[in-house]
Amino acid sequence: MRRYSVFAVAREAMRAHKGWEAQWTSPEPRSAYDVIIVGAGGHGLGAAYYLAKEHGITNVAVIEKGWLGGGNTGRNTTIIRSNYLYEESMDIYEHSLKLWEGLSQDLNYNVMYSPRGVMMLSHNTHDMQSFKRHINANRLYGIDNEWLTPEQAKAYVPVLDISKTARYPINGAALQRRGGTARHDAVAWGYARAASDRGVHIIQNCEVTGIRRGPNGEVLGVETSKGFIGAKKIGVSAAGHSSVVMEMAGVRVPLHSTPLQALVSEPLKPIFPCVVMSNTVHAYISQSDKGELVIGAGTDQYNSYSQTGGLQIITHTLDAICELFPIFRRVKMMRQWGGITDNTPDRSPIQGVTPVPGLFVNCGWGTGGFKATPGSANLFAHLIAKGEPHRLAAGLTLDRFRTGRLIDEAAAAAVAH
Amino acid sequence: MLLIHCPYCEEDRSELEFRWAGEAHIARPENISAISDEEFAEFFFLRNNEKGLTYERWRHIHGCGRFFNAARDTVSDRFLMTYKAGMPKQPVPETGASEKTVETYEATEGDAR
Repeated sequence: MRRYSVFAVAREAMRAHKGWEAQWTSPEPRSAYDVIIVGAGGHGLGAAYYLAKEHGITNVAVIEKGWLGGGNTGRNTTIIRSNYLYEESMDIYEHSLKLWEGLSQDLNYNVMYSPRGVMMLSHNTHDMQSFKRHINANRLYGIDNEWLTPEQAKAYVPVLDISKTARYPINGAALQRRGGTARHDAVAWGYARAASDRGVHIIQNCEVTGIRRGPNGEVLGVETSKGFIGAKKIGVSAAGHSSVVMEMAGVRVPLHSTPLQALVSEPLKPIFPCVVMSNTVHAYISQSDKGELVIGAGTDQYNSYSQTGGLQIITHTLDAICELFPIFRRVKMMRQWGGITDNTPDRSPIQGVTPVPGLFVNCGWGTGGFKATPGSANLFAHLIAKGEPHRLAAGLTLDRFRTGRLIDEAAAAAVAH
Repeated sequence: MLLIHCPYCEEDRSELEFRWAGEAHIARPENISAISDEEFAEFFFLRNNEKGLTYERWRHIHGCGRFFNAARDTVSDRFLMTYKAGMPKQPVPETGASEKTVETYEATEGDAR
């Protein structure tokens, strides 16, 4: 792999840009690998990269039904933060945030991580108490998070309406300054390039149709649209389709898959300096480097794999955006799309071993998996390599639904997050 | 937005009047205090989450207020049938679940049942 640098740009400028090589290779699958990862999103590609980099396991294939990064990795609103309430959550999201901070250098690929701050608006006494509890929990755990008065919030985001007569009055805000955004496609491409460079096979347009098991129940490999591929270890990182893939091995997981929508506006000049979320009226918004306002809507109420969603879900969010930021009322929305999120009952992810020997699962990231990409991938690689969870992911097991040790971020945030 | 046929009101009504209520035909164990943790997790948390034909409960919360069951295709979001609560799982009409994703709501809205 030729490294990207200012010298590479200068060299190619002299040669009419004829020397750039493909970022990753697209080999035909071997008959067997040490590890197969199902799903070439950020989590799956990242896991393959860390398997090669940190655990020396390079005989790895990442198998993808569609195209690389075409699922939720390419469909989310790219928000990064770690201000969760419970220690199990803070562990993994903060691990991830620390990896975000050095990811561009690590991958030699500009993922455009931008710590521009994530602000969560408080509208009532309950919000204020809940956010202050989060802030105190975060600060005790060494994670930055601070309380802002409405005036301080407006100083940070000048277009915010904090007037007393606003439809949704604001009585304060929580701000995590290290939170922010990153370029979602670059994350998938950067991990793919770095993993491919270390010998990982990325096999796109190859659907896993079955998981073959041995006489003792252990995994032998996967049936795919390109034939059988053997592996003693399989990691499932299939996001919204995790239930479908796990069912192939006879494992039921406590997930329900729902569409989550996002939309972007026409490009504007820089006007919005950070990410603003309002859980109570359900709106979140940031501005991309291209100038589009990136807006996250809610999930539909029913299970679906349709990668679309109801119009009333979007209008509900836009109602709130227009009230919070009256200046955006006449902005035109340009595109809308949906992705399928895999939600757990406690809204915390599942990463761990399964009852099937050799089968590992990383799912349930629900509506907030993008921010976790580096941390989740890093710990999933550890799980697959060692056969047991890393200390930071020890609480995220599938078994917690039997033991009752839930990580109830659903109740903590009171909305999808 | 979906159009949903309430089997009690016998009308197609907008999805806004309804609340999704999870997988249908799950019976609460009668000896709930005696069952094992595995059985409780199975009853309480584990769901089929099918891609394709699914049986689910809906409640006509802003209408008659009653629960009923539906058979729906989770790929196209098309309702195949709805039937009253308490009835056994109904076989779906021959057309069955569709294979293709329907890209727009307009494509399904007209004939959603």
